[in-house]
Amino acid sequence: MVARRLGLGVLTLFVISLLIFGAVELLPGDLAQEILGQSATEETVAAFRRELGLDLPAYQRYLAWLGGVVQGDFGTSLANGRPIADLIGVRLGNTLFLALYAAVIAVPLALMLGILAALYRNSLFDRAINVVTLTSISFPEFFVAYILIVYLSQTGFFPSIARIDPDAGLGEKLYRTFLPALTLTLVVTAHMMRMTRAAIINLLASPYIEMARLKGLSPARVILKHALPNALAPIINVVALNLAYLITGVVVVEVVFVYPGLGQLMVDSVSKRDITVVQAAALIFACAYVLLNLLADVLSTLSNPRLVHKR
Amino acid sequence: MNGPTPFWLSAVYVALVFACAVGLAAGFRALLALAAPAGLARTLRTAPLTASFGLLVILVYVIAALFAPLIAPFGEREVVGGQFLPWDSVHLLGTDNLGRDMFTRLLYGARNTVGVAFITTGLAFSAGAVLGLLAAVVGGWLDQLLSRTVDVLMAIPALIFALLLLTILGTSVVNMILVIALIDSTRVFRLARAVAMNIVVMDYIEAARLRGEGLYHLILREILPNAAAPLVAEFGLRFCFVFLSISALSFLGLGMQPPTADWGSMVRENATLITFGDVTPLLPAGAIALLTVAVNFVVDWMLHRASGLKE
Repeated sequence: MVARRLGLGVLTLFVISLLIFGAVELLPGDLAQEILGQSATEETVAAFRRELGLDLPAYQRYLAWLGGVVQGDFGTSLANGRPIADLIGVRLGNTLFLALYAAVIAVPLALMLGILAALYRNSLFDRAINVVTLTSISFPEFFVAYILIVYLSQTGFFPSIARIDPDAGLGEKLYRTFLPALTLTLVVTAHMMRMTRAAIINLLASPYIEMARLKGLSPARVILKHALPNALAPIINVVALNLAYLITGVVVVEVVFVYPGLGQLMVDSVSKRDITVVQAAALIFACAYVLLNLLADVLSTLSNPRLVHKR
Repeated sequence: MNGPTPFWLSAVYVALVFACAVGLAAGFRALLALAAPAGLARTLRTAPLTASFGLLVILVYVIAALFAPLIAPFGEREVVGGQFLPWDSVHLLGTDNLGRDMFTRLLYGARNTVGVAFITTGLAFSAGAVLGLLAAVVGGWLDQLLSRTVDVLMAIPALIFALLLLTILGTSVVNMILVIALIDSTRVFRLARAVAMNIVVMDYIEAARLRGEGLYHLILREILPNAAAPLVAEFGLRFCFVFLSISALSFLGLGMQPPTADWGSMVRENATLITFGDVTPLLPAGAIALLTVAVNFVVDWMLHRASGLKE
């Protein structure tokens, strides 16, 4: 079961690399011509093609690219000729730091709110939280970000620009990136909480929970001993799905707060049409997305003894 | 609008706005129930306040979009005064970074942003729904081909994939519409196929097949009417996603291009004002948020009504 899922994951990663590489090939006309513009002479275009290796057949270029990527070599940027690995290195770390920061706040908060809303469903608390979360899901990330800037940065609590030094201490880093992390938290928590609530409500309707209640067990014991172990699989899925969502949310938030992460690099490269850098960034984001989903599937399989010991 | 507003004052503002919204929604519901024919009137009278509030907001947006040139005091691209003028009686909401009237551009933004989002959703929806229904009815290799293609396209996070495609195709409004329509049609396909899959196994479909009805009749007459409720709800939800993606791309400077008035780019262009404690740039972002919330409220109500058994 697990092995099969892992195999499928590897296949997905392979297909994604093929898609990201192949998308450029679908371009009508020629990459070199497209970048240099109509006014470029024959010779410059030919020279540029040779430099990019565009004179080789596509499968050879794909294998060379993939071989490099596996070893951490993403080629060079079209815009400034620097090796992409150098551009990405620190930024990837920054992005992971921010995503992790947001996740550490969001996950416990969302699970707690979700369980509470499920326990007291149809109460005023549940309804209020329902409206609030539905509203915050509908907010664009930059709206949330700017509202936080107006209220928390204008009043002087936190800096609105999350420029961080690589050698700053952890406390300093946490303080400077608090607003972007809070923005991501707000965006993700709503979704995660709603899904947790739905999963638990689904479970609370099953007959064995009613049985436990009829036996006279305390509500806390019913939830912790009877419901929670069975709710693990859906909750793991919820968490992983939303962490995967964090990955895309990070792009916009990084731009708002001028945070030196991978997302900002990607957006800059899109406007410069720096295809090699965008490819590398897209590959990293997509891999993180696939791996998180894979992890979720494996973990939720492991949390269910019936799936682990299959007859 | 100078200096940050104290926190308690904004809490009072929020409470006031909320009270007004509730009042307006209740009034609008009563008005609708009076104006509508008898059958519809009962449905409308029992609609939750959130839903009638959503309907009211959507109505206001539609009016703003349709009659923008009549309501707006100035031209969309007309420079009417100095940069970043404060709010006064001539320029209701001040002017933007180039001295164009903010109120006017907000109105035209309803036309441009919502219009483009609507076109994109229409494209995504018709492509996705038609192919999804077709895959479910025809089955076999066509289903396999379409479903696997969609699986591959969905393996990459939407925003990341959009950025990659926009780098390759170049950033323009038409490209953005096509790219987002492509990406979102995969999600519509999934839903349409899943819904239709449950319908094709029904006896009346079998009967229609035995009668010798053609594919066209099967889809249009037998399946579509029974799949209408979830599909309409999906259209609303899809609109929200498309609208948010378009705003995000425009905010990143990769969507609508200046000088077109568009809410996403208006936030970006005027973002510097926020650092001076002026909330004007939040207005277009708020306009985006409000419409998405409104559509979500209405969809929530429709889903609730259509399913009947939800919770």
